[in-house]
Amino acid sequence: MLTLAESGHTAGPLGTADLFAALYFGGLINFKIDEPYWDDRDRVVLSCGHYCPVQYAALALAGFFPVEELKTLRKLGTRLQGHPVRQIDFPGSNYKQLPGIENTGGPLGQGVSVAVGMALAGKMDKKKWKVICIDSDAEQQEGQTWEAYQTAAKYGLGNLTFVIDRNEIQISGNLGEVMPIEPLRDKLTAFGLRVFEINGNNHEEIMAVFEQGKLFPDQPKAVIMKTVAGKGVGFMEGDFRWHGKAPTSEEAEKALWELK
Amino acid sequence: MNLVSDIINVERKATREGFGEAMVLLGRSDKNVVVVTADLGESMRVDEFEKQYPERFVQVGVAEQNMMGISAGLALSGKIPFAVSYAVFNPGRNWDQMRVSVCYTNANVKIVGGHTGISVGPDGATHQALEDIAMTRALPNLMVVAPADFEQAKKATMAIAKHKGPVYLRLTRPKTAMFTTSTTPFELGKAQVLRVGKDVTIFACGGLVYEALLAAEELKGEVEVEVINIHTIKPLDEETVVRSAKKTGKIITLEDHQINGGLGGAVAEVLGEKWPTKMVRMGMRDSFGESGEPEELLAKYGLDKDGVIKVIRKII
Repeated sequence: MLTLAESGHTAGPLGTADLFAALYFGGLINFKIDEPYWDDRDRVVLSCGHYCPVQYAALALAGFFPVEELKTLRKLGTRLQGHPVRQIDFPGSNYKQLPGIENTGGPLGQGVSVAVGMALAGKMDKKKWKVICIDSDAEQQEGQTWEAYQTAAKYGLGNLTFVIDRNEIQISGNLGEVMPIEPLRDKLTAFGLRVFEINGNNHEEIMAVFEQGKLFPDQPKAVIMKTVAGKGVGFMEGDFRWHGKAPTSEEAEKALWELK
Repeated sequence: MNLVSDIINVERKATREGFGEAMVLLGRSDKNVVVVTADLGESMRVDEFEKQYPERFVQVGVAEQNMMGISAGLALSGKIPFAVSYAVFNPGRNWDQMRVSVCYTNANVKIVGGHTGISVGPDGATHQALEDIAMTRALPNLMVVAPADFEQAKKATMAIAKHKGPVYLRLTRPKTAMFTTSTTPFELGKAQVLRVGKDVTIFACGGLVYEALLAAEELKGEVEVEVINIHTIKPLDEETVVRSAKKTGKIITLEDHQINGGLGGAVAEVLGEKWPTKMVRMGMRDSFGESGEPEELLAKYGLDKDGVIKVIRKII
């Protein structure tokens, strides 16, 4: 789909495919494909909106919309916008909502606060649904992200889990060189989050960490998920140059062959 | 229009007070109304709401970007959040969050910016929001409302809570003249002809509507001034603007804001396309404010009654 779009982000989505598989196919979240905005659903907030190709793929495979529609990514008139959109459809709006998307994402840090707002609403109304917010490691460089974390801790939002994709790349280089964020675990702990570290390319570890999280019902959780950017494709793995570009058709063919 | 009978001798109260009173009423009538603030609850007059509805009061500390995002999340979960802080921060500091998480999303968030204009006074230029109308007016889906006095602020607050979609409400700090009454009609998007005239029209918003009324009263018999209160700057009541421009053929806009991009800009854009008319924009002329008492500042920058009279005489 990225090749057809001729632009978009490749590395992050490939690195987090295991997470999305666990969410939508491993039973980690409650959802109804025929009622995408069912009140009691769990909310998946994609704060690093540029990861949307993997979420679009997961939603399509889960049955929210036809798989064929994935080919329209970034094309004129598509519901699969270059960055994901959640728009409240008040009368007069002509926007077509892609079902399953919970937030408008792109400018980093914004979804983290939106997720806190949702979790606060859920707590106010004593709802059982939970919020899972996916943010990237470079997103930890945004001040807003930390404003949101401290609020989640203040309000004891046990219904909220941040999953931080620690793939060590960002658009202009390796994260540690652009702007180091370590010691991330200590910082998150200091901000009041219950922190876990896992290998994000291991299905069992992803499933287990959400089970462990249930032991802390009154505290927001942060899962530092180490992943390999561009996972599964040898010539992309760990290379920041694949952060923000799409493969050519030859590259795509090679990549798909490797992934199979 | 049901204004007070004597517009010279009037009581004074701030628009933020009207907002605060309305919030308490709203808290009672709608359980979905939530207040989110960034350490300015008392100054923005939502302290009474906090006392009465603590479970629906969210204090995020000095973090306005987060305040806007949290409000979006609350709105996406069915709440009607009022994001409340000074306008220099809200929407000054969190414009990106307002643009994407609120306006693009069409989230039902009410953004309330206090301490607007040079009428903030002693705090000085850092705290005098003079660009907020321009910043908000540029955004799709967002309604922009600047009530003219205490009673109108109260009514505007009640009305925007009912309106589905994002709204920016512009409030002011000092006690200003109360010239409308509890029975003066108010409808979002509908400009108010407060005084009928044939020689010149003043389109004004916020606290300066009163200065326009005083100027018109003083010139009675000499110049017949039409005074129109544009409390809803977006969407602009184009019909009323064009109708009055056709009638008087001379336009003054008056606002406690930069002349670029604010009410003057909005009126000029409409008339430029539909009925080009001789026009003077009154407001801050591409400069920052400074410390001083509100009335001293309005006099210095020519935005009080006397300043308005000078401009009327020039344009006539």
